Amino acid sequence: MSQRILVVEDSPTMRQLISFSLRALPKLKIIEAIDGLDGLKKIQSEAFDLAVIDINMPLMDGLKLINLIRQDPKNKTIPVVIISTEGGAETKKRAEALGVDAYITKPIMAGHVLATIRGLLEKKAGPAG
Amino acid sequence: MFAKGKEFLDMYSKVEHFTKELMDENTKLQNQINELMSRRERALSEGTQSNEEGDLARRIEKLKQDKQDILNRYRHVEDENKDFMQRYMEIELENNNLANLYVASYQLHSTLELGEVLEIITEIIINLIGAHTFVILMFNDKHHDLEPVKAEGVPLDAVPSFKMGDGTVGGVAQSRETYYRDSYDRNAPIDFAHPLVCIPLMIKDDVIGVIAVYHLLTQKERLVKVDYDLFSLLAAHAATAIFSAKLYGDSVRKQATIKGFLDLLTH
Repeated sequence: MSQRILVVEDSPTMRQLISFSLRALPKLKIIEAIDGLDGLKKIQSEAFDLAVIDINMPLMDGLKLINLIRQDPKNKTIPVVIISTEGGAETKKRAEALGVDAYITKPIMAGHVLATIRGLLEKKAGPAG
Repeated sequence: MFAKGKEFLDMYSKVEHFTKELMDENTKLQNQINELMSRRERALSEGTQSNEEGDLARRIEKLKQDKQDILNRYRHVEDENKDFMQRYMEIELENNNLANLYVASYQLHSTLELGEVLEIITEIIINLIGAHTFVILMFNDKHHDLEPVKAEGVPLDAVPSFKMGDGTVGGVAQSRETYYRDSYDRNAPIDFAHPLVCIPLMIKDDVIGVIAVYHLLTQKERLVKVDYDLFSLLAAHAATAIFSAKLYGDSVRKQATIKGFLDLLTH
């Protein structure tokens, strides 16, 4: 069964780079959301194994989206990766408090994104894989 | 008779004595033989042991040599592994760089809308290079200067125009050569004429504009190899994308004008 990842990012370049980075992972289905609100609708209506979320987005920022995701019992423990230009300690602290699993600051490298997401998916799947 | 008996006894006594001597001599000889036998055995035994020790010593020497050979091979394989690891990391980095370059190139040519092209250039500079403050300036044929068309990190109207040759920005447009400043101080105030990086946007030999980068994101300490590659890519591909978008925009406008004119004639 394929794993499903939700990528919530307003930049088409970033969405493509994230998708391109993950091409090495087999049986992975990537669903894209173009802003926070779009991301919220998708995560409420579909099941995902992991979410990659930007912070600075129109309509709803990433931290607010994560807060809402964590309040939903269905997605309370879903692994969340933040990819953001925000590298400040305060933002990272807020993300940590929301139970974010990984925080990647821009500029990003395809290999780093791949390694982080692969690690979280393997952890979620457990030792038996 | 008595005398003969005495003579016989004497003779018997002599024989007895002689026999005893013979027996003693025999015992002595037997002892000597035994001693010789045991010495011989010892000697033989010592000789064998010495051969065994020799064999063992040779085997130990050979094993030592084998061990050294194995250690040498192990070190060789270890060095090879280190080389492979180094090569793997280089390839991985190159792969990452190529992924970034591929996406940047793909995105740049994904639209013919000038506004979208400028937005994509902005995204590439922020997300893939990690710049915080930068400006895209286009050459204005009428005014013969470089005018800001897109700014990030500063308001667009705060950015001045530059004449060809003015400051680093005008100098890059004139010389058509990319400029990289050696030192970077993230706390230094912005001097629009003297950016950290300035790249000319070239169509063949013509400069159609420049990109000037002033500050990097907080977490970005310095430029790395892929950044220079991305700047090179932008110098050529961003220029082509902007130029194509402008031409397309002009052609769409002209087509609309001609169509309107023809409609006017035919109706």
